[in-house]
Amino acid sequence: MEELKEKDSLFFMKWAKTKHVKETEFVTSGEKGSRIVAYILLSIGAFTMLIPFLWMISTSLKSPAEAVSMPPVWIPQVFRIENFRRAFEVAPFGRYFLNSVLITSISTLGELLTTILAAFAFSKMNFYGKNILFTILIATMMVPGELMIIPNYLTISRLGLMNTYAAMILPYVASVFSVFMLKQNFESVPNELYYAAKVDGSSDFKFLWTILVPLSKSAIVAVMILKIIGSWNSFMWPLIVTNDRLLRPLPVGLQAFTTEAGTQYELLMAASAIVVAPMVIIYLFLQRYIIMGVSKSGLKG
Amino acid sequence: MIDKPTFKSSFKAILYLFPMMLVIATFNLYPIVRSFLMSFYTDFNIFTQAVNGYGLDNFFTIFNDTSFWLAIRNTFIFVLGVVPTSIVLSLTIAILLKKVSFLSGFFRSIYFLPFVTSTVAISIVWNWIYHSRFGLMNYGLSFLGVDPIAFITDPNYSMLALVILAIWKGLGFNIILFLVGLNAINENYYSAAKIDGAKGWQRFTNITLPLLGPTMFLVSVMGVINSFKVFDEVFALFQSRPGPAGSALTVVYYIFQKFYQESQYGIAAAAGIVLFLIILVFTLLQMAFNKKFVHY
Repeated sequence: MEELKEKDSLFFMKWAKTKHVKETEFVTSGEKGSRIVAYILLSIGAFTMLIPFLWMISTSLKSPAEAVSMPPVWIPQVFRIENFRRAFEVAPFGRYFLNSVLITSISTLGELLTTILAAFAFSKMNFYGKNILFTILIATMMVPGELMIIPNYLTISRLGLMNTYAAMILPYVASVFSVFMLKQNFESVPNELYYAAKVDGSSDFKFLWTILVPLSKSAIVAVMILKIIGSWNSFMWPLIVTNDRLLRPLPVGLQAFTTEAGTQYELLMAASAIVVAPMVIIYLFLQRYIIMGVSKSGLKG
Repeated sequence: MIDKPTFKSSFKAILYLFPMMLVIATFNLYPIVRSFLMSFYTDFNIFTQAVNGYGLDNFFTIFNDTSFWLAIRNTFIFVLGVVPTSIVLSLTIAILLKKVSFLSGFFRSIYFLPFVTSTVAISIVWNWIYHSRFGLMNYGLSFLGVDPIAFITDPNYSMLALVILAIWKGLGFNIILFLVGLNAINENYYSAAKIDGAKGWQRFTNITLPLLGPTMFLVSVMGVINSFKVFDEVFALFQSRPGPAGSALTVVYYIFQKFYQESQYGIAAAAGIVLFLIILVFTLLQMAFNKKFVHY
């Protein structure tokens, strides 16, 4: 199949070359026109996608009266930055924020550690039961996480970890999906490097951290960022295992704030912006890795 | 791959696998087995976690529960509302993105942006957009001569509100997958078709669509699976209620209610098993399809 495709494309290339003069004629005014239409449509679509964000930021800077004015005001008379300060006063968003940072960073570091080690074993070592174990792990990806929540709740409660950070972190310090992604990447590093390192007297452990990990940097970063985003935004599990207000991560705190803030939409939008902003910033700087990770996750099929 | 497995290499591998396996076994493998068992618990003491009886009662209960059927019905409506529309929109945008070169990356970034944001936070923003009196949506609709709609409190419109939010949130993910698929199509097919005088629409139906088949299938199956699991959006959009009059009660919301609010663990687990079986059908369908048509 692959060969056939290659042959096809070779054939087409040769063929296209001979007709090259004619091909250029096809970039006509019609082509240009359709490109302009494409730009217009894409701009309208992109603006529509941005409206909720713009509306959130706009409302978060308004006075209470401006927030509920009809027709809506897009740009408030005075930018009320103090809405953000007030949101921090009305609910312990500072504490929520620290909770989220703590939970996200520990579960991300933990997951990277456990999955890098496991992916190394699956990609560069051979052991009894390797294929069976890997198949079982991949099969667990088919089971919806929502099904696991009930027994996990009982496990956490039996371990006496209800209302602790550990309850929110422990179940998420390993991920089959990440092991799968990193295994694929480690396998693309040639085995010759592994043998060469062994001949030079390097241990497996040293080879993993000094050669394999640096060579797989972009895949690891992709896994890491997808994990950070997932962990930062996770809602149902932290909601279930905490009822202590001071342990809540941001999304759970924000959800509770909707009843606390009532109809103060300017505060509600300021609080939402506090939750959304860090991931948007990470996205703006590292979107290359996120998109790479998502593309790969699609390919796993 | 490297060497033949030996006891020594197996022992070493176990050391590397141990931390991951400890977590996965405790929080993924064991719960899968246990939730299957739980769905057959008929007499369960929450405090001592002792099981005093097994049976099929939980399944009888949910199949006789009108709100379970309502949840199933709502979830299917949600899936049917989100997946096809999202595919048409995201494929169109992906094709337009491929057409332009200048600013293409910029546009792609914007379309993908909702994907990285907290579902809860952004659902609260949409709740405000849907506000019956001061919301942006009703303001926009007023230009079309539409009277204000109570999206959040009118059971006839709550599902529509949820579907629009979900399409907006997931569009970027589908666009990325379609771009991967489109980039894999050899440009020469298009050049050849152009030389033969095929019009834009003809090139789309005769080249793009057939060659995009596997991607299309992948996107729809992933969309269906993810849509079946909708919960956060419902919870935040309707302020910790499954919509007015249960109009946005989904399967996962039903599980959440039974388990978290009513402590009916067995019934919740049984509903979870039904959800798993529905998703399993789609996963198997996808795997069968991949084996047959996708070769990479």
